[in-house]
Amino acid sequence: MNELSSSELSSNAKKVIEEHLGRYPSKQAVTLPALHVVQEEKGCVSRKAIKEIADILELSPAQINDTLSFYGFFRTEEDPLGKKRVWICRSLPCMLRGGEELLAELCERWGIQPGQTTPDGEVTLELAECLGACDGAPCMLIDDELSLCVTADDVEKQVRGRA
Amino acid sequence: MSNEEFKPILLARQGKPNSHKLATYQADGGYQALAKALAMKNTDVVDVVKASGLRGRGGAGFPTGLKWTFLPKDLNGPVYLCINGDESEPGTFNNRVLIEQDPHQVLEGIVISSFATRTTTAYFYLRYEYGRCYRVLKDAIDEMVDNNLLGKNILGSGYDLDIHLHRGACAYICGEETGLIESLEGKRAWPRIKPPFPAIEGAFRRPTVVNNVETMACIPHILNRGAEWFMSMGIPRDPNNTRDAGSYGPKLYCISGHVNKPGLVELPMGISARDLIDKHGGGVWKDRKAKAVVPGGISMGFMSEKELDTPLDFAGPGRVGCLGLGTAAVIVIDDHTSMIDVLYNACRFFAHESCGQCTPCREGTAWSTKILERIREGRGKLSDIDVLLEISSSIGTIPGTTICGLADGAAWPIKTAINKFRPEFEEYIKSGRKSESRSLAAAH
Ligand SMILES: Cc1cc2nc3c(=O)[nH]c(=O)nc-3n(C[C@H](O)[C@H](O)[C@H](O)COP(=O)(O)O)c2cc1C
Ligand code: SF4
Ligand code: FES
Repeated sequence: MNELSSSELSSNAKKVIEEHLGRYPSKQAVTLPALHVVQEEKGCVSRKAIKEIADILELSPAQINDTLSFYGFFRTEEDPLGKKRVWICRSLPCMLRGGEELLAELCERWGIQPGQTTPDGEVTLELAECLGACDGAPCMLIDDELSLCVTADDVEKQVRGRA
Repeated sequence: MSNEEFKPILLARQGKPNSHKLATYQADGGYQALAKALAMKNTDVVDVVKASGLRGRGGAGFPTGLKWTFLPKDLNGPVYLCINGDESEPGTFNNRVLIEQDPHQVLEGIVISSFATRTTTAYFYLRYEYGRCYRVLKDAIDEMVDNNLLGKNILGSGYDLDIHLHRGACAYICGEETGLIESLEGKRAWPRIKPPFPAIEGAFRRPTVVNNVETMACIPHILNRGAEWFMSMGIPRDPNNTRDAGSYGPKLYCISGHVNKPGLVELPMGISARDLIDKHGGGVWKDRKAKAVVPGGISMGFMSEKELDTPLDFAGPGRVGCLGLGTAAVIVIDDHTSMIDVLYNACRFFAHESCGQCTPCREGTAWSTKILERIREGRGKLSDIDVLLEISSSIGTIPGTTICGLADGAAWPIKTAINKFRPEFEEYIKSGRKSESRSLAAAH
């Protein structure tokens, strides 16, 4: 019991990391897959998780942290994600069709700024650069699924189950 | 062949029921090109691709077969093929559609290209945001493994190959080929100084080829129908210019912005921007006129309305001052839109995405954004225009001040916006107006 609870990485995370080790000629290459599985499970990557990933990949925690901090995508335990992560695209094709207004409108409705999470911990709002769906501008990404041609009401409905 | 008679090749299977499944792909003749290639010598496959004139679809337009010949002849270890599915250039979405609708077409191209380059492990680098693509590819790869199209002794040929999916983490710079390699290796995606080029020293310090998803999708068709067939489409090379490699084959054009029908269209290389907008994009929306058009992703800069008859082949956009064809992502901007807001949006993108390792790029992208922010607040000075131009001519691999081409991509929107729309910038600054756009500040 003690030993189980003292490990920050879930048995699934360890299994995923293990599977990836066979795919690359270097252990360091498993850094991103490891960070992804941990963040998907926990909504952030804690210092303890960094240390455990580093141990498995035979790196220093600083190397893991260096990579983690380069990609604005990963969150630390001080700044965890809400249950859903909503990205609103603001690059040119989306801007031309109302992307910036959509983002500003959601900030107003939810009373938060991009990067922040609603006080109930339900939704983290993020601004995105081109999501690769400019045919459906303005578009959004919830976790890793795209939705095209969305309005603020669509977003509320999809994210919070109400308009 | 006229554009009216043209039948889609890469998008032929789009929208068919279960177009993503192996069984339907094989029923449509899929994987016959692979069987054909595996019966050839790998160098003969390289020769066919070289003879077809295929140029990379990822933005730089480098001849694909030629790139493969840069790999060392004598190998004392593995070669890697990295598929570039980072697709983050604003305006671009062709890789997404190709993968979601017809993953086996792309995967067949990857197996053939791996065989040609003697690769036994290929990495498919896919931007994280393409979750649906990831799941579609994962299932497609499983189907291939179950049917001896991947793994050991593919189709009894003695050739072995594994393809591994590798998900990115939302950073544009991972699309630059050496940034991609660093990211694949588990590091920050800082592009490398070249040379050495990846063909000599790439992923895991081994010879490596990086190719785009659409480039891969062309390969099975070239094997099936031959180099001459591929060269029957597009704009032939200029016989008076030895450096022109021509623009052959079909091309996916992404249309977005102020048109009635945004979407993806496949045509032989070389349609004009005007025809693309009017005949395939449903025309400019709200009965307005186009004011400016991006020919190939925001990095390429802007064409003015007068320049819309320019052919969108590899050479066309360069003739009107743009950086090139880029990704052939055409973004239409109508005449009700402020070029100050448009340029601000472009500059902010590059400031956000600069990896920060070269001072001219990191500072140049940040300062151009700040200057435009100030202009949009009604506090611009006329001298700002020349400061912006000076920044744009000082950053990038063309002036030779940066490691990678992101900075050239940041410079071109500034150059072309100011050179082609200077009176609008001057009038705006003199008026001291504030922008009406609700965009939030440059904050991350
Ligand atoms: C800043 C930057 C971003 C890039 N992004 C991409 C990309 O998302 N996808 C891509 O295929 N190529 C991208 N490229 C071009 C690649 O460096 C490389 O030329 C290309 O992947 C080679 O494949 P191809 O020859 O098949 O086109 C980018 C280049 C730069 C400078
Ligand atoms: S040019 Fe910009 S993005 Fe490219 S390596 Fe230098 S700082 Fe990074
Ligand atoms: S600009 Fe929003 S998806 Fe491309």
